Amino acid sequence: MIDQENQEVSNEEEFRKIEITVFRYNPQNSNTKPEYQTYTLEETPGMTLYIALIKIWSTMDHNISFDFVCRAGICGSCSMVVNGKPRLACKTRTSEFEDGKITLLPLPTFKHIKDLSVDTGNWMNAMSKKVESWIHAKEETDITAIEKPVEPDVAQAVFELDRCIECGICLAACSTKIMKEDFVGAVGLNRTARFAIDPHDERSDEDFYELIGDDNGVFGCMSLMGCEDHCPKDLPLQTKIAYMRRKMVKM
Amino acid sequence: MPQQDSTVELLTGKDSVGKKSKIPARLDLLQSATGLILSFFIIFHIVFESSILFGKAAMYRLTKIFEGEPFIEGGEPLIISALAFGIFVIFIFHALLAMRKFPSSYKEYQRYRTQSKMLKHSDTNLWFIQITTGFVMMFLGSIHLYTMMTQPENIGPYASSDRIYSDIAWPMYLILLISVVLHTGVGVYRLIIKWGWFDGSNPRANRIRSKKIIQAVVVVYLVLGLLSLGTYMKIGYDHQEEYGNRYSEVHK
Ligand code: HEM
Ligand code: SF4
Ligand code: FES
Repeated sequence: MIDQENQEVSNEEEFRKIEITVFRYNPQNSNTKPEYQTYTLEETPGMTLYIALIKIWSTMDHNISFDFVCRAGICGSCSMVVNGKPRLACKTRTSEFEDGKITLLPLPTFKHIKDLSVDTGNWMNAMSKKVESWIHAKEETDITAIEKPVEPDVAQAVFELDRCIECGICLAACSTKIMKEDFVGAVGLNRTARFAIDPHDERSDEDFYELIGDDNGVFGCMSLMGCEDHCPKDLPLQTKIAYMRRKMVKM
Repeated sequence: MPQQDSTVELLTGKDSVGKKSKIPARLDLLQSATGLILSFFIIFHIVFESSILFGKAAMYRLTKIFEGEPFIEGGEPLIISALAFGIFVIFIFHALLAMRKFPSSYKEYQRYRTQSKMLKHSDTNLWFIQITTGFVMMFLGSIHLYTMMTQPENIGPYASSDRIYSDIAWPMYLILLISVVLHTGVGVYRLIIKWGWFDGSNPRANRIRSKKIIQAVVVVYLVLGLLSLGTYMKIGYDHQEEYGNRYSEVHK
């Protein structure tokens, strides 16, 4: 019903025009220079940046690069800087920007691939190895037997932290990470907190100290809360970093 | 080899049993601890110094109490010297620890500033205030503390006012006052977040709450500090003909 109405309005060209300015650069190609390119397009109802970029790609410029997989805020591939703020493009509506002007930049601190596309995957992989992001248990798990029970609220707390989608937004919003390349960031510290509260994991605080007990780990964090305030999954990064800090400082 | 362990750490990044140094943990805690001690000190210092708002006699009495007059006949300014020295040591130590966080190269500074201008995130911007006021205080705070250490007898309704007005210390005090109040406000807010002191059952709401309370306290302290500085200026102005004369309780 509503769709039909919108369709009609659209035919009468009543939708506003929006201007999307994109950072264009291909570091692989020495003939290109970094530049901004502006695309003007018609905004459709409920348009997200994902839809807008697909429209640009399919109707205006087949050479523009950006990443998407799930378009539903669960894969973390579409993070980019939207008018200064790192955000998920698939969860950002164009209607939010009153003047209809949107500037898109690739996420800083990650390896730039091309235009809006960056390599978060390899960084996340390295981070996972650095903080040993897996259950450490001496006993081998017998997968034929019923699992040991876990208190529901403990399980809930672990699941809560497991919701991280590795989008990298916390890093792009972090002044420490911007200055110190090797900082593991909120995503890494959140990961250690996740295993620290998981009863399956037998690592002691001492073990965690070996992973994050330095200025590239928890002591590098200056509590500027860029992570907390930009995480699209609303993870409790403020309290979890403080939790790890309190543990680590006692070592 | 006396420095065997540090040599091992130099070569491997770990100590002789393959463990990471615990020093970073100590430094992080000390940075906060020194900041907290200095903050408590400042919170009281500005209130005491505002005793001038209640008149010269009130400020004079308070100065004498700090000089230990209830116990020592006539007061002993060396007590102030000792106090200033203690604060100076903590102050230097705090600056040393906090300096580790400063952007330390063009590249770091460029990246940090550009990103934070882009981000327009209030807590990130507060940090810029913290490092600039911290840097300012390294110099102005040192001048002030050194004066207090070496001339503790020159504290009093006229002595201080002469310094502020006739010796033209007021521009320094004005900048120092604004810096110290802002820096302490931001610093205490940071401590609350960093260690999760008032997380309670709703850390997000409590963070906003802490920030609001601190903002209000910062305004109160700025007003208090500026009013007192103005009062010292006024007294100094009226007293310039008698520069150097000390206040005495008899001719009040
Ligand atoms: C030489 C002068 C000073 C310098 C250079 C300085 C610098 C800094 C810097 C850069 C930070 C931030 C550290 C971080 O982000 O982790 C900081 C934190 C702090 N400063 Fe200062 N500061 C100075 C003096 C003071 C004074 C006089 C006070 C109190 C009156 C104070 C109270 C604090 C507090 C409470 C913190 C928070 C500590 C923390 O984050 O762990 N500072 N200082
Ligand atoms: S913690 Fe939040 S911002 Fe950081 S990677 Fe995970 S989901 Fe993204
Ligand atoms: S495309 Fe998966 S989070 Fe946006």
